[in-house]
Amino acid sequence: MNEPRPEFELGKDLVGLEGLSRATITGILDTAEPFKEISERAIKKVPVLRGKTIVNLFFEPSTRTRISFEFAEKRLGADTVNISSSGSSVVKGETLVDTARNLEAMRIDMVVIRHGSSGAARFLADRIPSNVINGGDGQHEHPTQALLDMLTLRDCLGRIEGLKVCVVGDVVHSRVARSNIFGLQALGAEVAVCGPRNLIPYGIEGLGVQTFYHIEDAIEWADALNVLRLQLERMETGFIPSLREYNRVFGVTQARLEKAPRDTVILHPGPINRGVEIDSAVVDGPQSVILPQVTNGVAVRMAVLYLLAGGAPGGAEAAKQESA
Amino acid sequence: MSTRDMTTLLLDGSGVERALSRLAREITEGGAIEDLMLVGIHRRGVELAARLASLISQATGREIPTGSLDITLYRDDFDQISPRPVIGVTEIPGNINGLRVVIVDDVLYTGRTVKAALTELADFGRPRRVELCVLADRGGRELPVQADHVGLTVEVGEGERVEVRVPELDDELSVTLVAPSEAG
Repeated sequence: MNEPRPEFELGKDLVGLEGLSRATITGILDTAEPFKEISERAIKKVPVLRGKTIVNLFFEPSTRTRISFEFAEKRLGADTVNISSSGSSVVKGETLVDTARNLEAMRIDMVVIRHGSSGAARFLADRIPSNVINGGDGQHEHPTQALLDMLTLRDCLGRIEGLKVCVVGDVVHSRVARSNIFGLQALGAEVAVCGPRNLIPYGIEGLGVQTFYHIEDAIEWADALNVLRLQLERMETGFIPSLREYNRVFGVTQARLEKAPRDTVILHPGPINRGVEIDSAVVDGPQSVILPQVTNGVAVRMAVLYLLAGGAPGGAEAAKQESA
Repeated sequence: MSTRDMTTLLLDGSGVERALSRLAREITEGGAIEDLMLVGIHRRGVELAARLASLISQATGREIPTGSLDITLYRDDFDQISPRPVIGVTEIPGNINGLRVVIVDDVLYTGRTVKAALTELADFGRPRRVELCVLADRGGRELPVQADHVGLTVEVGEGERVEVRVPELDDELSVTLVAPSEAG
């Protein structure tokens, strides 16, 4: 009765958006649409993942991403367990693979992993038969964040293709920036980055992005700004002289936005440092879609869980045979 | 060798329209319409529900709220289907508590879709009464489900299936019986 999904190529895991086709990314975003409605119901639960066990394995602190995944899992009817590095055997020196194998021995179905090391999600995905979803690994990727950013952009501007999106701030340390670059480019958007020279990765032009070193130029150019959080520890490690100076030179302020040739859409992955990378008036202003991003995050994660659960044909089975 | 299926026309466009008019009359006479809501099951049920709602509105002068259900996430064979099916729109206009809800679908067969629809509907509230209206009942039930309003009852042989076509999706309005041709 339902037609099969065209050209869909999501495997066992979602580690990153790099290399995913336009059809696959569009397919995930389209799948997220009907999931928005579930969170508006009186009873916010569907039984599609009933009986599945999902482990949220968070080796780095996270509030929004972990809770968003947990809501998504619970609204699909799955059983969830949260593990954070503090208070677990990780502090006793257990390796990532041993932790995962022990979880496997308790018969889990999916793992959402957040880890400080780039490549941790891929490493785990290659070693366990469960579906692995990357909830952010080091400076590599944060695919579900980029997906919710794109869903929000598509909601408010009606399309992704041809949009000009500028990622602003600490690009060099940002997995959100990388995932956004890969995803937006796959969907035909133009991407730029803007920030202090020492926070823009050397050679990023090789990814096909423009670079701006003045926020005014970025605002002049862009349809949407994705403003990254300035991680405060960067100041202590000498990347920027002071928070106040950063705000003065690179802050997204109301005064700067008023000079824009269009109503620039403002995204921010959170948590926000008000008055540092972005002013309070902008956060709470009419061009901000920061809270819709959070709402869409649950829908996008529901879509990813739905699409991966059980795996693509042969995906999980093949991995099981390899590990046997 | 051609492997064209044998199709038998059971109802043409005007036949379907007559059946729908009768169903609309049955629904109108079968209970109160002040608190009536029609809910179509994705996809062809949605189109049929819209047609029934407009027929009832024409006859009674009253707007009939109409919603849609996609039961994919409530299927009992979800573990067996891959890749994941596309999910359609579920939209229930307003609160269904205390209403008379008529579920509309194109073909009634195993009853599993209706069971899923009843489970999903319960997540939106508690209607006063739920009825089932189908354009074609082809038998072959695997669950104790029966329709209150039936457009056409069809005797179906081994391997045959009943297809409902609606203009919005299939460019015509009809009910046909499709028999797979013998191989070779």
